[in-house]
Amino acid sequence: MSVTGGGEYGPGRLAALRGPVEPIDHNARTIAALAANPGCDRRAVLDAAGVDKGRTIRHLGHPPRFGLSPFAMFRNEQFKAIVKDDDGARLAGLLREVLHLTTAETAYQTTGEEAGASREVRHRRTADLLRDAAQAGRAATLLDRPLLKLAVAGHDVYLEPDVIAFQAEGRFHIVAIKAFAVIDGQAETAKVSAAAREAAVYVHAMRALFADLGLDPERVSHDVVLVCPKDFGNVPTATLVDVRHQLLVLDRQLGRLKGVDRILAALPADLTFDLGRPAAEVAAALSAVGARYAPECLAACEMAAFCRAEAHACDSLAALGRSVRDDFGGVGSVAGAIGLAEGAVLPEDDQSEVAERLRHIHRIYDEAVV
Amino acid sequence: MTLFRSYLKARARHEGRARPAATVRHVHLSDAPMVFVPLRMAGEAAAPLGAMVGCDPAEPRLLVVPQPRDRDLRFAFAAELASVMVPYIERYAADSEEVEARTPYPRCLDAPQIIVPNRGALAFVRLLGRSTRFRRTDGPHAVDPLVPVLGRWLTYLHGRGEYAGSAMLLSLTDALAAHWVTGQSDAEDTDPAALLGWIDPPAGMTGPEAAAVAEDPRRSPPPGPDTDPDFDRRVLQPSIADYDASGSADRVRAALHDQLRPTWDLVWRGVALLRTLPEAPSAVLRWERDRASLAGENARIAEGGLSQGRWDSAVAAARRLAMLEIAQQTYEAGRAFDDPLVMAEYRAEGVAFAGEVVAVEPDRKIIPPGGKRPVVRPLVTVKTADPLRLAPGKKVLSPSRPRQAGQILSAEDGTVVVQINGGVKDGVPEVGETVCYADLDPSGGRRPPLPALEETPWTHGGPPQEYVPTDEDAQEAWS
Repeated sequence: MSVTGGGEYGPGRLAALRGPVEPIDHNARTIAALAANPGCDRRAVLDAAGVDKGRTIRHLGHPPRFGLSPFAMFRNEQFKAIVKDDDGARLAGLLREVLHLTTAETAYQTTGEEAGASREVRHRRTADLLRDAAQAGRAATLLDRPLLKLAVAGHDVYLEPDVIAFQAEGRFHIVAIKAFAVIDGQAETAKVSAAAREAAVYVHAMRALFADLGLDPERVSHDVVLVCPKDFGNVPTATLVDVRHQLLVLDRQLGRLKGVDRILAALPADLTFDLGRPAAEVAAALSAVGARYAPECLAACEMAAFCRAEAHACDSLAALGRSVRDDFGGVGSVAGAIGLAEGAVLPEDDQSEVAERLRHIHRIYDEAVV
Repeated sequence: MTLFRSYLKARARHEGRARPAATVRHVHLSDAPMVFVPLRMAGEAAAPLGAMVGCDPAEPRLLVVPQPRDRDLRFAFAAELASVMVPYIERYAADSEEVEARTPYPRCLDAPQIIVPNRGALAFVRLLGRSTRFRRTDGPHAVDPLVPVLGRWLTYLHGRGEYAGSAMLLSLTDALAAHWVTGQSDAEDTDPAALLGWIDPPAGMTGPEAAAVAEDPRRSPPPGPDTDPDFDRRVLQPSIADYDASGSADRVRAALHDQLRPTWDLVWRGVALLRTLPEAPSAVLRWERDRASLAGENARIAEGGLSQGRWDSAVAAARRLAMLEIAQQTYEAGRAFDDPLVMAEYRAEGVAFAGEVVAVEPDRKIIPPGGKRPVVRPLVTVKTADPLRLAPGKKVLSPSRPRQAGQILSAEDGTVVVQINGGVKDGVPEVGETVCYADLDPSGGRRPPLPALEETPWTHGGPPQEYVPTDEDAQEAWS
């Protein structure tokens, strides 16, 4: 993550936390995941400092979980190339169809990845191209790999340019190309939701940029275009996905994300996650920052195995599922719950109802099991 | 989740071992099930990489696609799989009896049972069926004659498997999780190795320790259908390159064998564990319905019926939805009536209660509203400690006399009065007897009155056109 904004604790403090390595890049997936657990201080600090969570978890001795198969990478690249082929002519046709446009001409532009072009330069170029497109007349514009940035936890981060911005008739759409198949008009729900959450991050970032440029943010549509292979082949098909709900959630959760500065203020000044240190020291440093583990983290965060072990060591009920914790309403630990059920622990005032139900369940369960 | 299940999770975690959630087996197990462990290529919807299949735990048949991007090799895989599965399925489908009923119907004497590791594999079965059932066996891109037959059967079995309590296509993790509760989250229960680690850990290990071993892809390969990305990079990719260069599939076979074999063994171990539980009475009835359904499908094929289309018509979809709901209700009630441990969860939730009969009026007669003559309506008074939440007027049934219709007259301070409205000849409970009543009905709901296909109203698109196979469907790319 690039830190361009500055809190009270500037880049120096975050660099010290990270150790002597380059910060890693953010992408829409990691921000969507960050927003999924906004109460987790540990994740907020690690991401703000640009710590490589994958390397960290391996350093701690846990098996990696988030590798991408070379076959999947090949497939993604192959499908993207098919869709973008011929300077986006095929894609433009799909977009005209799905958005019911009459525009014939579509200009194809890219922010370029020419050697040496820094992210600042490419971001400026993105802004220029988008401003031009907003003022363009009838012609439609495809802008490939726009480099957008987003303020996360008080710091600006650049988003990996993994989408296309499309302008036609004055409206802008985010176009996401994904290699999962739409079979007989249906795709896997989990994959569509993930794609929608990611696309919402880009819509959000592009609206922020429009506001900076003095353009109306509402010109960026909440309808994103998802381009996927149709059935089992390579023929692309485009679908409009309304991400208003995802935008609301993202907006609220980005807002709720505690300022990293406030978390940093409570941490020891010499704290570091430097992977040059022994695993036990890194683990201790991580434990100094509070986490909020729930099983959902397993699918969203590289650090999940570490946090889960820690949560189980603390006998956490939430580690069995958020709904389990909610069912026990107010009971803190597994041992506490079992103690109430067995009658070995006296309930506090607000636990008398759940304690009574637990004692009943404990009795009828043991009667039935025999 | 209910507090009952949450409590079981907490208790399993506390004790370091799964807790039983059933005292009987609610799923029928065939004497000769077929286990199918498929793997698919990462990044592809349904490109098979390999599979283990067979009915003998000691002799799995290993099928591989040495170059998964090669369309011909995929169809060769489908043909080989068909040569194992289709005869297995059709052996059962062909053998049926006529059941005497108001409308007699055919029912197979037994049915096939295909067991896969988890829900991911179930979804793969559906896609494999979808990608093979439209294929033609002549003309351009002709495939082996058994390939579309396999596609139709897999599509049928997956569709039937969506009915609660159906057992012809089973996911092992779902079956195990219906009988044991572990001390990990539901998401973690989808790995059969972790689940079995909790239920039956190796000697000297606790459940969580065994589950931790199961989770490490270096020590326990993932159950599929998705492979470990690291395996793809380090082992599979070079093995496929080796096949491309040498034409020998040996390395791919060896690599996939090592990934599949542990899961294959686990599935059989899970099946053996399930067999230790005695079969529940209603599981037999559900298996009978599977057998009748199979006979129906077999007749449809024999009469030259076309393959399942891509989409259901409006009436077919509405009918299917209604039947799915009925199956779900019947299954849940049947489970509770067969198993006091399942019923305990309903008691904890207040929709069932159990207790001792403290008073009975077997000969009580009343004149029902709107009636003229007095009729026998016995009263049974039950003392219960259960937190009942059913209001007076609620109709209830009892597992010990399921045909006896009861109705709650009053429920106060742990004393419930139940009026028996019908089925008195099954005998009224006696004082001192322990009884249980529940707001559950295992006989299932009533079929909704839906129009015949040819009478589909215009609001639903009018009578649907029958699916006719097209060249486009038959030659659809599979890449």
